[in-house]
Amino acid sequence: MVLTPDDWMAVRLTLELASLVTVLLLLVGTPIAWWLATTRSRFRNVVGAIVALPIVLPPTVLGFYLLILMGPNGPVGQITHWLGLGRLPFTFAGLVIASVFYSLPFVVQPIQNAFMSMGARPLEVAATLRASPWDSFVHVALPLARPGFITAAVLGFAHTVGEFGVVLMIGGNIPGKTQVLSVQIYNHVEAIEYAQAHGLAAGLVVFSFLVLLALYSVGGARNTLGAGR
Amino acid sequence: MQPVFRRLALFAVLAGAALTARAEEVSVAVAANFTAPMQKIAAEFEKSTGHKAQLIFGSTGKFYAQIKSGAPFQLLLAADDETPARLVKEGDAVAGSQFTYAIGKLVLWSPKAGYVDDKGEVLKSGKFEHLAIANPKLAPYGLAATETLKALGLADGLQSKIVMGESITQAQQFVTSGSAELGFIAFSQIHKDGKLIEGSHWLVPARYYSPIRQDLVVLSKGKGSAAAEALAGFLRSRGAAEIIKSYGYDL
Repeated sequence: MVLTPDDWMAVRLTLELASLVTVLLLLVGTPIAWWLATTRSRFRNVVGAIVALPIVLPPTVLGFYLLILMGPNGPVGQITHWLGLGRLPFTFAGLVIASVFYSLPFVVQPIQNAFMSMGARPLEVAATLRASPWDSFVHVALPLARPGFITAAVLGFAHTVGEFGVVLMIGGNIPGKTQVLSVQIYNHVEAIEYAQAHGLAAGLVVFSFLVLLALYSVGGARNTLGAGR
Repeated sequence: MQPVFRRLALFAVLAGAALTARAEEVSVAVAANFTAPMQKIAAEFEKSTGHKAQLIFGSTGKFYAQIKSGAPFQLLLAADDETPARLVKEGDAVAGSQFTYAIGKLVLWSPKAGYVDDKGEVLKSGKFEHLAIANPKLAPYGLAATETLKALGLADGLQSKIVMGESITQAQQFVTSGSAELGFIAFSQIHKDGKLIEGSHWLVPARYYSPIRQDLVVLSKGKGSAAAEALAGFLRSRGAAEIIKSYGYDL
């Protein structure tokens, strides 16, 4: 095998990052998705647009602003410093926070769609049966939106694994801390170490394909026209 | 051919090109650290020869990959001397066309005035959180930075404070944004319009690192192109040398 210890470290780091980010995204994304699906607030479209921004913005733009915001002269940097947390660029924590922003729409949108396609009816029925709002959310909305959650988790995880531009901007390429898989592949290509680049890149292609295949196998049958009716 | 004849031949080619007044375009891949001087040189070149130079800036490693995949570049101004030599060896560049167009100088820089002293003692103080360098595997200036730290006996002590950019441009960005207090970058990067930009720096003595030779080579796609030959010749002229030096390179 052509992979070096640094390569394996990058693989492990990437999996750790993506797992942690996915958990955080489900925790942060669910309330946002619920609010977007149910609110009549006039800020709904504004919040929806902000959440969707990372889909259209080049990752370098996001990374550039995060670098400035989290740096010692930026507001976020000053707050983290004041709280005694140090500074976020070049740290694993910084990568986690940046990745949550970066992958947020890929988690919020599937969950939001799932909530919305459920319609108001199940919750109205639950209300007439005297379920509290929390009760009906946990026992009615969440189970009905399950396919949306599965899609959200898979996409959030895969998107974080594939993240490159943001990490490049704020990571600092530190082995074991911020040197993730995509950056390591880039390093190998730039250094003309094509054998190692192939080893990692081919692995990533196979991994991504399997993830998407699994996703479509789970959700695909039900989503075909004419099926399930 | 005798050198005199060779010069005469070159002159004849140039004169012929001028007489027929056929302005050609030459496509040039330029190492990112040489962006500012090259823009100036290209403007002078266009004025004096009538040829046009289309400049593409990027990293040498990426250029190598693109050239191997048939990129239409005719001339490569690399950030090192290994890549041009490798391209000649692999038959993608014209043998004998390689020469050093600039020698890079390394500086330790901070945007804060008075932060970096003129002997680099600030490195020994260790009173900083992050020292930015370019990835030594990818950028000759990054390698020079690690060689300097080794020569100073600080490589192990500062290991945990080093952050790496994928290029010296990114290393500078880390420092400019304040995320790293100081960094090793190219002397040319703190020049603007022939003047030094704000901040403080230590020009690292050349004995601490192996010379950063930046070589040029005519690529196979530029073989026989009058404009490519002319630009390669122009880069050896006294006028070009003055511009190159004014941006903090040696020759």
